[in-house]
Amino acid sequence: MTRSTRRNLRNGLLFISPWLIGFLCLQVYPIFYSLQMSFTEYSGFGDMTNIGFQNYSNMFKDDLFWKSAYNTLYYTVLAVPIGVVVAIVLAIAMNQKVKEVPVYRAILYLPSILPVFALSLVWVVFLNPKFGLFNRLGSAIGLPTVDMLGDPAWTKFAIVLMAQLGAGGPALIFLAGLRGVPAEMLESAQIDGAGPVRRFFSITLPLITPVILYDIILGLAMGLQVFTQAYIITSGAIGGQGTAGPRNSLLFYVFYLYKTAFQYTQMGYASALAWVLFIVSVILALSVFKWAKSWVHYESE
Amino acid sequence: MDYQSSAALAQPVRVKNKESFKHMLGVKILPRVVLVLMCLFFIFPFYQMIITSLKTSQELNAYPPTFWPHAFMWSNYPDAVKYIPFLRFTINSLILAAGVTIGAIFSNSVIAYGFARIQWPGRDTLFFVALATIFIPFPVTVVALFDIFAKIHWINTYLPLIVPAFFGSAFNIFLMRQFLMELPKEISEAARIDGANEFQTFWRVILPLMKPSIAVVAIFSGVGAWNDFLTPLLFLNSEELYPLSIGLQFFRSEHAVAYSLLMAASTLVVLPIIVLFLSFQRFFIEGVTVGSVKG
Repeated sequence: MTRSTRRNLRNGLLFISPWLIGFLCLQVYPIFYSLQMSFTEYSGFGDMTNIGFQNYSNMFKDDLFWKSAYNTLYYTVLAVPIGVVVAIVLAIAMNQKVKEVPVYRAILYLPSILPVFALSLVWVVFLNPKFGLFNRLGSAIGLPTVDMLGDPAWTKFAIVLMAQLGAGGPALIFLAGLRGVPAEMLESAQIDGAGPVRRFFSITLPLITPVILYDIILGLAMGLQVFTQAYIITSGAIGGQGTAGPRNSLLFYVFYLYKTAFQYTQMGYASALAWVLFIVSVILALSVFKWAKSWVHYESE
Repeated sequence: MDYQSSAALAQPVRVKNKESFKHMLGVKILPRVVLVLMCLFFIFPFYQMIITSLKTSQELNAYPPTFWPHAFMWSNYPDAVKYIPFLRFTINSLILAAGVTIGAIFSNSVIAYGFARIQWPGRDTLFFVALATIFIPFPVTVVALFDIFAKIHWINTYLPLIVPAFFGSAFNIFLMRQFLMELPKEISEAARIDGANEFQTFWRVILPLMKPSIAVVAIFSGVGAWNDFLTPLLFLNSEELYPLSIGLQFFRSEHAVAYSLLMAASTLVVLPIIVLFLSFQRFFIEGVTVGSVKG
């Protein structure tokens, strides 16, 4: 190692040291600390009692664990594909060559930066069968009234619907992707007689597959973590010991983890839940990346 | 060559424009109709929020709900502010947002510099590790972090909410690194020839050039802190420390939920973000799209 390499190594490490310290103290250490806690019975006070794999074996017998895993899977399977399609549709809309398009773009993007806690409160009012305008609009076009947040068959869909208000963010990324599609390719396809639908599916879509992958990965991570919406919509009050929606239909995994740790003060069991979430997230992300190799188009530059 | 080919391609399109009304309909009218409809869909819930905030409780309970309030109850706004310690919560939210923003600006610019402007062995591996942490869900560490913070007596203080910002975050590092990679190498070399060491180069030469990326990081960190619900819910438990995100839940703690007041307060919470967005639109959009061109 030359002197300048050594100096650069020292300076480089010095500059990134805040990240390295944060990574070790706020991520690596807590993850292993919760692994340790997951083998214990622990209320957050006093000593941890070692109980081996009991927390993990209890999980298999825990109906609420399965319920929350099912709810989260249900939500994610619904939310990710719908989210990708809505974001692409918004991006195509934002890409239209009309003069006032920046105004539309701003309107479509803005809800995505508004706080989820406020959107959730708005959603409670909006979907209310009595004074919400959602059902009022629906009945105007002949749809039956549904109490989306009161009927366990609809609650998760209500949250998926709400998540679409945030589609403007990913849509901007897709918009950048759409602009990266070479105009000459589209023009020559048009000259060859390909219609707009054909051009989209044969040229544009393959070229924006990297963005689709990015959006799926991010959507998955968000889907597995869904919490705030369910907490606010169901508990209704601060520190609410309330239910998790009708028939626990909004008991998402992280919501259950939160309740286990901070309402039932079973920190050991909650740590086991956290570790399962960690492993499932890693496996899912890796499998998506692996699966993506078969359909993501990388430019060969 | 580039100019010529684009000019040649523009030709048939222009002729077409003149030619067909159908084309005009497809390019100018139809997209507008669809865009306006989409925007209405996105605005509608917020329209509900605002009109609900202005209704009398009598009108709110009338069925079917009205699309336009009979009488505008502007007094709902002062009432909402008095119903909960709104000012206290607002100040708390601002303190948190300011703390997080300051932490994010300092840490991420320094870290990004180390990842972008210094060539050292192992750099790219560590950067990959940093990126991979984006996929670790925060709830995975929550239980352990709570226990750790409890042991060092940080619970019910702002420390667990602000201090982590001083250690950078993967997305912001990525964003600033992307920006720094595009600055020409010669700038740093010139400074080095003048005898500046690495830190001086960063502080005097590069940092002033980073303003646009600092603005992006500041905006997203500030908005993120303002919008945060989970962290204050976990680590704070006394009312005088609550930010707006938690404070708003007090409207629903009574038996009868004060929906008009709740919506008035929600409007007030959302408003600063809308104003911020309208004033700094460019930075929001840059922040979202950075590095996405290449996918």
